[in-house]
Amino acid sequence: MHEFSIASAVVDTAVRHAAGRHVTEVHVRFGRLRQVVPDSLEFAFGIVSRETVCDGAKLSWEVVPARLRCTGCAHEWEIELPAFRCPGCGGAAVTVLSGEELEVESIEVEEGAACIA
Amino acid sequence: MHRVKVRVVEDALDANNTIARANRADFDRAGVAVVNLMSAPGAGKTTLLERVLAGGSSIDGVRVGVLEGDVQGSLDADRLAHLHVPVVQLNTASGFGGECHLDANMVRSALPALPLDDLDLLIVENVGNLVCPAEFHVGEDARIMVASVAEGEDKPLKYPLMFRTCELVVVNKVDLLPYVDFDLERFLYHLDAVHPGVAHLEVSARTGEGVDALRAWLARVPDRVQTPA
Repeated sequence: MHEFSIASAVVDTAVRHAAGRHVTEVHVRFGRLRQVVPDSLEFAFGIVSRETVCDGAKLSWEVVPARLRCTGCAHEWEIELPAFRCPGCGGAAVTVLSGEELEVESIEVEEGAACIA
Repeated sequence: MHRVKVRVVEDALDANNTIARANRADFDRAGVAVVNLMSAPGAGKTTLLERVLAGGSSIDGVRVGVLEGDVQGSLDADRLAHLHVPVVQLNTASGFGGECHLDANMVRSALPALPLDDLDLLIVENVGNLVCPAEFHVGEDARIMVASVAEGEDKPLKYPLMFRTCELVVVNKVDLLPYVDFDLERFLYHLDAVHPGVAHLEVSARTGEGVDALRAWLARVPDRVQTPA
């Protein structure tokens, strides 16, 4: 379900930037903390993109690691599991440096020769 | 025909966030603070609201209204309407199927039906779901989630996005603790790992235990919003 909601948002964003051109690839970046399952997203993207300019487009992605910084002791670390307390000082105040991205990074579109004249 | 790469670099939820900001601006203009109330299906959101508002829709002088989000039907809104609480029902179903969460645009569509001038606090009861609602801001000032002891103590680890996005976690159905294999200490330990320092309240919508504390927390939201830290 989650992936369908995200796929819809991804397709809407791509369609807007495509400005009527046919999209052949959509590249997304998502952070580890967004809990996106790539296979599910790809499946949902295939369905949600039907009857839009993204129909048949390839979805490619990169996963951004979750990095945190402790506000108290400035320790920086990467997490693989949802454990957000600072392992250095036990502090609760942490800043998420990366891992919350949910971004359409680029799209590849088909352009007719007339368009670039 | 040739292929061109177009750099986008845009948050996929940008469109939703833009509408959420517009909602927020409208709420601010009307002087209404907004709480987004989320939980899994059956955690007790509506029963909790019934308890909180049982004595009337004004708590400590704060006039409360409710926006009910459901996939289908008006069962929850009807329950609150019985208590004379200003309530508006929002269904996410359009024809076949329905959205599993409220988004900013759905809430926007309900704005004309809301008596904002007569409210200080609007509680938006989201669709029961621990995943998608966390992704979609609707223009709220604060997020509360309800986790019931019938759901299991491991839920913060399974739905970290939801637990991290809330500033208050209401642990409901504590009257069931003697009957279920729910280790409250373990739940709080997991909660602290996922969202260190987050506030929590232990309540039972059924017996009324802890409901006063929740009522007091809600009554403070409008003041807190008007005086930013």
